[in-house]
Parts: sequence; C-alpha cells; structure tokens
Amino acid sequence: MKTLLELTRVGIEFNTPKGAFRALRDVDLKINQGEYISLIGHSGCGKSTVLNIVAGLLQATEGGVVLNGKEVNEPGPERAVVFQNHSLLPWLTAYENVELAVKQVFKGKKSKADMKAWIEHNLELVHMTHAMHKRPDEISGGMKQRVGIARALAMEPDVLLMDEPFGALDALTRAHLQDSLMEIQKDLNNTVIMITHDVDEAVLLSDRIVMMTNGPAATIGEILDIELERPRNRIQLADDPQYNHYRHQVLSFLYEKQKKADESPDKSQASAQDKSIGTDSVARDKRAQKIA
Amino acid sequence: MNMSLSNLPWLEPLVKIVRGDNVSQNATIIIKTIGLPLAGILVFLLVWHAAASNINTSLGQFPGPADVVEQSGNLLQEHITEREKADAFYIRQEKRNAARVKVDPDYVPKIRDYTGKPTYIDQIGTSLITVLSGFFLASLIAVPLGIVIGLSANLYSAFNPIIQIFKPVSPLAWLPLVTMVVSALYVTDDPAVAKSFVTSMITVMLCCLWPTVINTAVGVASISQDLKNVSMVLRLNYITHVIKIVLPASVPMMFTGLRLSLSIAWMVLIAAEMLAQNPGLGKFVWDEFQNGSSDSLGRIMVAVITIGIIGFALDRVMLIIQRFVSWDKAATLR
Repeated sequence: MKTLLELTRVGIEFNTPKGAFRALRDVDLKINQGEYISLIGHSGCGKSTVLNIVAGLLQATEGGVVLNGKEVNEPGPERAVVFQNHSLLPWLTAYENVELAVKQVFKGKKSKADMKAWIEHNLELVHMTHAMHKRPDEISGGMKQRVGIARALAMEPDVLLMDEPFGALDALTRAHLQDSLMEIQKDLNNTVIMITHDVDEAVLLSDRIVMMTNGPAATIGEILDIELERPRNRIQLADDPQYNHYRHQVLSFLYEKQKKADESPDKSQASAQDKSIGTDSVARDKRAQKIA
Repeated sequence: MNMSLSNLPWLEPLVKIVRGDNVSQNATIIIKTIGLPLAGILVFLLVWHAAASNINTSLGQFPGPADVVEQSGNLLQEHITEREKADAFYIRQEKRNAARVKVDPDYVPKIRDYTGKPTYIDQIGTSLITVLSGFFLASLIAVPLGIVIGLSANLYSAFNPIIQIFKPVSPLAWLPLVTMVVSALYVTDDPAVAKSFVTSMITVMLCCLWPTVINTAVGVASISQDLKNVSMVLRLNYITHVIKIVLPASVPMMFTGLRLSLSIAWMVLIAAEMLAQNPGLGKFVWDEFQNGSSDSLGRIMVAVITIGIIGFALDRVMLIIQRFVSWDKAATLR
C-alpha cells in the first residue's frame, strides 16, 4: 500500500489573551491510498483542529502534513471538505452549488457539456437528481448534506475530509446517508478522513479508527484496525461478535481510559479553542453590533 | 397593517368573500387590514382639523385638511393651465416658423423653449431626479467601499473613525462648502445641468453615503466562516470570491443600508434645495414661505404631505427591488 498522506509530529499552539494554548502535540499518522479513517474523541480534543490542518484552513505550528509528496500549507480542492453544517451557498440551487466547485476545479479541462454531465453524475451518486434545481432552504437537512458530499466528490479530491458530516442529522437519516456513503465508497474507493462522535458510525464505515486523547495538548491515543469484510451490513453486524468487540474497544477507550472530567476549566478553554477558526467572525460580529 | 404596493393582504380575503367562503372570518380580516388604518387616518384628520382651527398666524389660520385639499386642487389646476399655455406657445411658434419658411425657404427655424415658471408637478419631478442621481452616485461609491472595508478588518479600523465622524453631519453644514467647490470647479459655457442641481446632488450624496457603507461593511464582515471556508477550499480568487460569495451573502444587509440611505437622501434633499435654490420641492416650500400670501401655509402643507408620500413610495420601491434581488425570501422585509 502506498502512503498518500502523512502527518508528522503535528502540533499547534494558539495565541490567546491568557497566553499560548497548546491544542495538539505530536500527531503522527500515515494514511494509505483508498483508506477510510475515522477520528474519534471527546469534544474539545482537537479532532476538528487535525482536520482543519490537513485541509489547510489552520497552519500547524510544529511538524507538517505531506500529501502526495507535497507539503500542505493552504486550502485546496484536492482536499475537499464536507462541512458539518453542509455550508451550501443558500442563494444557489443544489446543481449550482456543485457547479461552482466543478467550474473552479475543471476550468479549461472539461468542456461545458462534460461539466454538466459530471455535475449530474455526482448528484446522481448521492441520489439528489430529483431535487437538483432546488435551493438549500427547500430541501431537508439530510438532502443538504448529500449535496455537500456531491460537491466534495465532484472536486475529485485526493483525500476527502468530513467534519462530523452526519452529526446534525436524526438517527434514521444518518443511517441512510451512511449506507449511501458506503455504496459510493465501494465504487470510488476514495481516501477519507472523517470526524465522528458516533462509535457505531466509526466502526461501520472505517478501515481504521484513530482515537484521540483529551485536550489540552491532545494527541493520538490508540489506533484500531477494523478488519470487517466489505460490503458491511448494519443489521448483520449488529449481532456480529467481532463488530461488538471493536465497539467495545472504542467505548472503553472513550469512557474508561479517557474518562472526561466534568466541566474542568481546561475543557471550556479547549472547546473554545476547537472553534477558534470561527472566532475571527465572532469578533467581527461583536464589532459590527457596536457600530450599528 | 401592511398596505404596500407589493402585497395587498386584504385582496385575498376579498376574493374569498366574493366566492362565498368563510364570509364572517374574511370580513374580520378586511376590517383589520383596511378598517384600522382608515380609522387611524380619520382620527388624525379630526385632531388636525380641531388643532388647526385654534392656531392663528400672521398669514391667517393654520391650514386644516380642507385647505390642503383645496390647495392641492389649485396646484394641479395651475399645472394644467401652465401646460396648456406651453402647448399653445409651441403651436404658435410652429405656425410662425412655417409661415417664415414659406416666404424664405433658406430660413432655418429656431425653436425657443417655453420659459414659464415650473409648476408644482415639475418641481416634484426635479426633486425626484435630483434625489435619485445623488442616491445613485452615493451607492456607486458606498457599495464597493463597504465591500472592501468589510473584507479587511484592518481597513475597517482605518475607515471607521472617518465614517463615524462624517455620518452625523447635517446637509446644511456641507452645503456652503459644496456650493463654493461646485462654483469653482464646474465652469462651462454650456452647462448640461444647472449648478444648483449639481450642488444639491452632491450634498445629498455626501449625506446618504454612510448608512450604505456601514451596513454593507457589516454584512460583508458577518459572512459565516463556513462560506469563507468553502471559498478557500475552492481557491476562489479575490474577484470571484467577491462576486460569488460576498455580494450575494451581503445583499440583505446592503439593502437595509440602501433603504436607510434613500430615506436620508430624500430628507436631506428638501433642505438642500431650500438653500441651493434648486428648482424642486424644497425651493417650492421656501418660495411659498417668502411669498407669504394667505394661501402659502396651505400650499406648504400640501408639500409636506407630498414629501411624506413620496418618501414612503420610494421606500416601498426599494423594498420591491430588494425582494426581487435578495435570495433570502424568508427574511422579514419591513
């Protein structure tokens, strides 16, 4: 197996008014072509920070990320992101949202007709053909997330980054989307890094589960290889001893080894840092209110 | 109760009553949507009438509703008479020219413009043209400026004090400066537009620039981080980012600013016209005040009401445009 993506001793420190805050340290991870990796851990442990560093939305203060032999230092479509809250442009239809990405990535490489076919193909993959000319506010949360996945897939990324893609959905819709995603993966065999809070989701979808310790200065605690045969069926697996064994291992890591202390001061600081990428806009909102 | 041009909430129940469904319920809706505003206006007219008959000035009694109706009729009649005079003037001129050309085929007829005084309707027209030019010019500057400073926190901090200082400045303070600058810079033998027009327009522009700048900047600065991340992952360049993400995302806030700007522009215009002597509603009010006849106060009151109605109409037009261009149909538009 060829290593596609390599994180070497990645660490990050944020400057806060109270001094430097270390969110991550020594994250080492090698990901092979076509591998499906889940990042799991308690909230505030820096999962999103890892993903944002790989996406290029945050810059690591130590170590680095190498994709295909090249260092990552800015965002780009070869590392497409599926955001937790879909992040579709509300003024564009599903088709136009995917089109924006396709036009940007394949400008000059695909003809107009090819682009159209490619956009429609990707919307078909996520079963959204029937509603592709609807705007985000006219479709359900699950459908929005499908379009978000279609947009990311349409960029033909080297690695697909998913930040709790199904976190905001109800359990039934989530299961439905997980099945869709496994179906798509069977054909495309993308390299995926997915953040999740959901143990079942992690075991069901992943080839490897990366479990993270609690912050601050979070790092990788354990890595669990999931050797379940594909295609996986959630109903059959529910009774599968191997599946339940994996589940048990993840659960024991999360709730025994990395037991979360209740409301320690570190936690609030850590979760504030987890969302640090959004603080800029929050600060501006505050300023906006002041002058308005 | 929203009786705008764009939505007529009483129309639907009216249709239902005609069809015969749910008559009593729909009648209540109509009474609420039309009846209550009418009742409000009626009470206002009564109070106005009663108050007016108790106020005596050196120019006679303060005009009540009846005087205003009478003066509106007069002003309209004057307009019609003036138009007839103008038409007659042009017909006479044409005849005279035709006769001269018959006698002397080499004669090139000159058309002279009618030089009667502008009527009330003409003055409304001038005011509208002035306010819209000033507002348009202001928007042309304010929207790009708002976007640029909204995109950069540093530029924002740099511009903010200037904006905050100039925002509350009255048009009356700007006017003498603008007048002198226009007189100095706008020198042509054959001016396309009158100096007084340019002065009023620029004054309007200076005063109505700020709400659009501020609201556009706030709208741009508060674009969600998620959408900015999308733009970064797609590696959109600055221009594409502005066109595809920033502009549509900030349209709702931008229009809030534009509507504030237009209402300020209209208020400022009346004051500017009074002093700049630009032939518009402001000059009409000033002239009537200087004129001091027993009709003057009534005519000024007509102007007051006209100014109010036009201001309201302008805002409604902006609202219709906003509904048309904004993607956020769910946002409350008031």
